[in-house]
Amino acid sequence: MSALRTFGDDLKAAPKRMWETAFRGGAPNTDRTRSTFVFGNVFLHLHATRTHRWSLRWTTTLGLGMATTAAFLLTLITGILLMFYYKPYPDVAYDSIKDIHFVVPTGRFMRNIHRWAANVMVVCVILHMARTFYTAAYRKPREFNWLIGMGLLVVTLALSFTGYLLPWDQLAYWAITIGANIAQSPREVTDALGITEHFDPGGLQRLLLLGSDVVGAEALIRFYLLHVMILPLALAALMGVHFWRIRKDGGMVKPHDADQRVGPPEVHLNPVFTEEPAKTYQLAALVKGRTKAVGGSPENTVPSMPHLFYAELGVLMLTTLVCLALSMLSDAPLKELANPGVPENPAKAPWYFLGLQELVAFSAVMGGIGVPTIVLIGLGLIPYLDRESRATGVWFGGPGGWPLVKQSIYYGLACSLLVESFVIRFGWLREWFPNIQQLIVTAVNPATIITTLYGAWSVWMVKKHDSARAGALALFTCFLCGFLVLTIIGTYFRGPNWVFYWSPSQWPKH
Amino acid sequence: MTTTGNAKPSRLSPEAVPRRDWLGLSAMWSMGAAMAFSLIGMLRLPKAAVLSSPSKKFRVTLPASLNAGEAFVPPGRTVAVFKDAEGVHAISTVCTHLGCVIKPVAEGFECPCHGSQFHGDGSVKRGPAPRALPWLKVTASGGNLMVDEGAVVPAGTKVNV
Repeated sequence: MSALRTFGDDLKAAPKRMWETAFRGGAPNTDRTRSTFVFGNVFLHLHATRTHRWSLRWTTTLGLGMATTAAFLLTLITGILLMFYYKPYPDVAYDSIKDIHFVVPTGRFMRNIHRWAANVMVVCVILHMARTFYTAAYRKPREFNWLIGMGLLVVTLALSFTGYLLPWDQLAYWAITIGANIAQSPREVTDALGITEHFDPGGLQRLLLLGSDVVGAEALIRFYLLHVMILPLALAALMGVHFWRIRKDGGMVKPHDADQRVGPPEVHLNPVFTEEPAKTYQLAALVKGRTKAVGGSPENTVPSMPHLFYAELGVLMLTTLVCLALSMLSDAPLKELANPGVPENPAKAPWYFLGLQELVAFSAVMGGIGVPTIVLIGLGLIPYLDRESRATGVWFGGPGGWPLVKQSIYYGLACSLLVESFVIRFGWLREWFPNIQQLIVTAVNPATIITTLYGAWSVWMVKKHDSARAGALALFTCFLCGFLVLTIIGTYFRGPNWVFYWSPSQWPKH
Repeated sequence: MTTTGNAKPSRLSPEAVPRRDWLGLSAMWSMGAAMAFSLIGMLRLPKAAVLSSPSKKFRVTLPASLNAGEAFVPPGRTVAVFKDAEGVHAISTVCTHLGCVIKPVAEGFECPCHGSQFHGDGSVKRGPAPRALPWLKVTASGGNLMVDEGAVVPAGTKVNV
């Protein structure tokens, strides 16, 4: 009888116990349960249980990493939903996107969110990189995480680009044709040297990308595979490493005097006093790094629950809000069905590649492969060349500081604008010397000239300030300005036949 | 495990590798080799051995009204065919810059993508195109005119029909 009663009571209590066993820590209302809330949850455990108050100042990170993650989550969810109806086969693909746009319930809205979140992600990932750079957060011990971040930038751009082909409309088809031929552009050099028959890396790249010698069904299925499987997996893996290393490298970068800068913690923030250890550390013996916190009091940290999580949730909500608002205001474009016989005129890549397209209009291999490779190598070397420690964690810190950045902005804008104005007004080598050797055009064109001007400025700054950080500040700022100028020219001032127009209203009608 | 005499190991009489270590090492290396070979296999897969593209050889029927120097573009093809007193020739209309399809105009060709321009014989007039447009092989047999997009002939090669 009593066993039956116990059974009944247990059955009644089962739902409550299920809840309790799932969330063992209890409500996060004391310092202890707030910690349990974090480390008792596999997803939240990516965070430390307590967060330094410096990391929570909004000027420390501007929430850009979280915004990028939020945008990624939005593309992930909407992307999976779009896969319900999308069919990766030429012509059929176009029809399925049309179905999603006009027939599928909420299909147009989901596609809009997918497109806008992808754009927001590209913007945020670039800004996040700039934030990391200008606060010198790439320095020891975070060097390798900077490289992981670069990998994430490349994968993000690749995801955007592969997604661009899938609608199989005119815009997509010709953007991919140009992209695939940029992959093939090393032929510009091998042809000029006459060795293409024996050594053809460009042709191989194009063949691997398209799976054929034309942009067709093979290319579409490859881009689809990359877009929904290979690249998202790579992105997720890299994100995991990126986040994990933030923890292992000691959280957000902080200036050495961060404690003084934020001042003493207020009483309601539950300061923690760390006592002298009473026993030897078994774990501390295995883990690298200093245990600075020991003996210091009070710590300038606050519980991650709620302070950090609410901040992250806020950024997540804000990013979602921005993407939803943009999706309501503007529909994702869908042009006519791809027509391999008639190119779109002008045929433009997605906006973040238009800076490069502006450069490939002079030399395909330099603008499309040479300069991007140089920029990536330069970015990757930054943490290994700037071994200084002054002003880590401070905006525009280090020798030169903000005045140097300001000068570099002027210089960077001036160089790219002057070179572009010159070539737009007077043309380039081939217009003056029709029989000029291709290798000379490949070596001397706006892409290489702007890069050289920026490089020279950076070297001068290294000498002037006697600091690698000053050179890095100069170079990074210049390239950011060049990217901006070229992207704006490519987006707004190039019309049919890639001719310069002040406004699209002046484009010839055809 | 190691049982060596008093003599110190040197290059000429090295310390013997214990059998267990040797077995372990060879197992590890053979596994590494197997993985390397399978990786080569996986890398070979995405490189297509047979291309799925449609045949590059096709028959052309020139319109009777075609004037000398006027371009005829067979529907759905990226080739411009010309006929004059010396014979027939075909020039590819795929831009050598980034693969856009160019348009035959009165004085040569123009590319809509990045503004490359070509002379009537396919050589570059201006713009970023690194090479001249290739001339394609034309064969005439029994009144049929065949153009092969896959075969390039030296510029100036014309076929009498």
